[in-house]
Amino acid sequence: MEIEPFTAAEIERRESDGIEALRAASQHPIPDPDSWLDEEIKRNVMFTTVDAALNWARKTSLWPVTAFTACCTFEFIGASSARFDIARFGMEVLRASPRQADLLVCAGTLTWKMAPQIKRLYDQMAEPKWAIAMGACAISGGIFCDSYSVVPGYNHIVPIDVYIPGCPPRPETLLAGIEALRRKIAKESIRKPK
Amino acid sequence: MTTSVDYNDLASQLQGQFGQGFTPAEDYVEVPCAFIAKAAEYMKNTLGFDYLGMVTAADYADHFEVIYQLQSIKTNSSALLKVRCPKDKPFVPSLANLWLGASLQEREVYDLFGIEFTEHPHLKRIVLWDGFKGYPLRKDFKGKAYGASD
Repeated sequence: MEIEPFTAAEIERRESDGIEALRAASQHPIPDPDSWLDEEIKRNVMFTTVDAALNWARKTSLWPVTAFTACCTFEFIGASSARFDIARFGMEVLRASPRQADLLVCAGTLTWKMAPQIKRLYDQMAEPKWAIAMGACAISGGIFCDSYSVVPGYNHIVPIDVYIPGCPPRPETLLAGIEALRRKIAKESIRKPK
Repeated sequence: MTTSVDYNDLASQLQGQFGQGFTPAEDYVEVPCAFIAKAAEYMKNTLGFDYLGMVTAADYADHFEVIYQLQSIKTNSSALLKVRCPKDKPFVPSLANLWLGASLQEREVYDLFGIEFTEHPHLKRIVLWDGFKGYPLRKDFKGKAYGASD
């Protein structure tokens, strides 16, 4: 049986029918698929940027690794005790494992013999991670900077984010340095890896 | 209180035992290098200096000096012995088989002064690392400038 091709008028009519059918079926908007969310939930959802949320979480829960090389440690211990109360910054949890820590407080003179261990600790810390150089020895080697056995600054071994001067820095100075690090973390973005 | 021995007495005692060469001074006895092991053994077993206080060294213009401080727990007295060795041949007999504690301090002296203790059971660097070049407590050791990596 021979099939006749559509005439031009027939094509026009079929197109018109299709449009009319869709138009008749589309008189009402499609309901919101999220309409099952009730009003209570809608009022409690905040909108933010991923950066702001992550940075807020990161800067308010800095966990230092327990790795200190010399006498600046005691100012850190002072800062972490009740009088200066480092817990205000969510930092009171000193981790014995570098894998649970994200802040290396480089407190004290670093010798070349100890340097591989510090580098290994830093490498074992999970990203994102930060390092504070605390005191003259950590910044530049201090009075030992031209010694045969002392690393002239932690920044020869690990990347340093904040330098805190002093010999040793008082706990207030350390807290000011931590504040500086918090401001730095607040400006970081997930799009630009550290 | 710990009292110092009479060094003239000590030197004459050692000379009577081993021969000439033990020179008394105001606060030490200088012992010939070859006799230090025998002299220390005599002082430990016969004179009762049963405790080795320390071993250290000094770098003088023309010689090295190794310094031993011995103590007697029984008589509460102390004695200082010094041994000279030439700079080009810094070899001194080890006391590690008399006092085990000497082993550690002789290694430290070897590490920092380069004085070799013959018949030491395990003479290698202890404070610095194996690849370190030079002996940093020698006067002619040149310290590294700021920022130098090696």
